[in-house]
Amino acid sequence: MTALEIKDLDVWFGQTHDRVDAVKGANLSVMQGESFGLVGESGSGKSTILRAITGLAPQWSGTIEVEGQALSGAKRDRVFFRTVQMVFQDPYASLHPRHTVDQVLSETLHLHGLDNIDIRVAGLLDDVGLGQRFRFRYPHQLSGGQRQRVAIARALAGEPDILLLDEPTSALDVSVQAEVLNLLADLRTKHGLTYLMVSHDLPVIAHMCDQLAVMRNGEIVEVMSSETLRMGNPRHEYSQELLRASVAPQ
Amino acid sequence: MSLLDIEDLWVRFPTRQGVFDAVRGVSFSLGRERLGIVGESGSGKSMTGRAILRLIRKPGIVEASHVNLEGRDLLKLSEREMREVRGKQISMVMQDPKFSLNPVVTVGEQLMEAYLQHNSGSKSRARKMAIEMLENVSIRDAERVMRAYPHEVSGGMGQRIMIAMMLIPNPKILIADEPTSALDVSVQRQVLNIMDGLVKERGMGLIFISHDLNLVSEFCDRVLIMYSGRIVEVCEANKLHQAQHPYTQGLLNSLPRLDDTRTHLSVLTRDPSWSSAPSVRG
Repeated sequence: MTALEIKDLDVWFGQTHDRVDAVKGANLSVMQGESFGLVGESGSGKSTILRAITGLAPQWSGTIEVEGQALSGAKRDRVFFRTVQMVFQDPYASLHPRHTVDQVLSETLHLHGLDNIDIRVAGLLDDVGLGQRFRFRYPHQLSGGQRQRVAIARALAGEPDILLLDEPTSALDVSVQAEVLNLLADLRTKHGLTYLMVSHDLPVIAHMCDQLAVMRNGEIVEVMSSETLRMGNPRHEYSQELLRASVAPQ
Repeated sequence: MSLLDIEDLWVRFPTRQGVFDAVRGVSFSLGRERLGIVGESGSGKSMTGRAILRLIRKPGIVEASHVNLEGRDLLKLSEREMREVRGKQISMVMQDPKFSLNPVVTVGEQLMEAYLQHNSGSKSRARKMAIEMLENVSIRDAERVMRAYPHEVSGGMGQRIMIAMMLIPNPKILIADEPTSALDVSVQRQVLNIMDGLVKERGMGLIFISHDLNLVSEFCDRVLIMYSGRIVEVCEANKLHQAQHPYTQGLLNSLPRLDDTRTHLSVLTRDPSWSSAPSVRG
C-alpha cells in the first residue's frame, strides 16, 4: 500500500513579482513501512515538501495523498495528525522553554483526544529511552540528544503511521547522532512506521533510508535506491557531484 | 620555529555550584602549519581558540604558564596592546557569517574598516585592497558585493567575505572556528579550498576548530583531539583513521558510512578515566 503519494507538486511563497517557486513539479511515492530520503543543498526545497504535507506551506498545487486520502489547502483535520507527525531540526527551538517534558507530552495526548494520559506519558518516555526521571524536567535541563528524544516522543504520542523527519540529527554531535538514528531505526521496526526524512548528509540518508530523491533548485533530479548510492552509481550529474563532495578521500 | 606556544592553558568559569573548568591544562605549539582541533560540543575546543585571543568574557578566567606569540606572552599584554594583536597578528573566523557581519553596514565599508584599522592609508587604497581581497576569495563581481548588505549575500559568500576580512590585515595566524559548519557540503569544500590556498600562499599558521573528523583529516597537517577540556590524543591528520584513543575511535565508528550496511551504528561508551587522564602535549 502507498503511504504517501505526491504528484506534480508545486509550492511557492509570495505573490506576483515576489514569488519564489520553492518546489517545482515534484513526484514521489512512499510505500507503507518504507523509509524515504530527500537530499539536497539548503534552498533546494526538500523541507518545503514536508511543510506542504503538514499544511505549513499553504500555497501549493498538485496532488498529495496520505494513505489514499487527497489533501487540499492548508487545513488538516484530526485524523491527519493521528496519521502524520513531524520532527523538526532544532530541538532547542521546537520545545516550549517553560513547559516540562510531562506538560509537553500530556498536552499533545490531550489534543489527540486520548485517555489514560498518565500511563501513556510513561510509555512514551520508555519508548524513546528516556525513563521516568526525565518526566518533570524543563528543556534547559536536557542535552540536545535528550531534547530530540522528547520531540520524537511528542510525534509518537498520537500513534501515527508516518513520521516526517526534518534533519533530525543535524544539530547534534556525531556520537549523539548515532544514538538518535539507532532509536529511529528501532522505533520504525517496533511500530511499523513509514519515514520521509530530509537531510543534507548523504551517509545518514543511505544509512536510514531504502530509497532517496535528490533535489536541486526545487526539482527532484533523481530518485534512486540507497544501494545505487552506496555503489556510487547515481545517473544524474548533480547526484554524482553531491556524492563526491561527501566522501572523504581515504 | 613555532609561531605560537601555549603551556598549561586553563579557562575557568566561576558558577554558583563552584568553579567550572572549560579548558584544563592544554599545551601545544603551532608552526607554519594547519592544526586541527576536534571534539564534541563542550569539549573546550572553541574556548581554547578564544582564550588565545583573550576573548573570554568576564567572569571567565584565562590562566596559563605562557601563551607566547613569537616569544611575546599574550597574557601579559595590556588590553590596548592586545587590540594590536587581534586582527593584525592573529585573526579569527567565526562559525556563522549571519552573526559576525554588521547587518546595517555594507560589506565594502566593513572590509575597508578592517584595512584602515591596522594600516594608515587613504580610503581609495583601502577600497582597492578590499576589492583585491574579495577577488582572492573567488568573488567574481566584487564591485557589486562591496555595495551589498550582509543579508543580500548567500551563506557561502558571507563566509568568504569573513575570510577576506580576516586576511586583509595580513595576520600571521588564522583561527577558524567551525568556519564551514553553517554551509552546504558542496560550498564547504569551495570555501575550504580558498582558505587553504591563501594560508599556504602567505605561509600562515592555521588553527582549524571543527567537530567534523573527516573534514579535519582532509584539510589539516596535525590534529588535536579534545575531550572534556583536555587533549586526549595528537596525531597526523592523514593517520586519523588509525587513531589509538578509544574516544577518537568511538567518534569515528559512530559515523554512518556509505561503504557499510550496519543496521545499528556503534554508540560511544564514555569511560570516566578519559577525563581524568592528564592532557597530552600537542
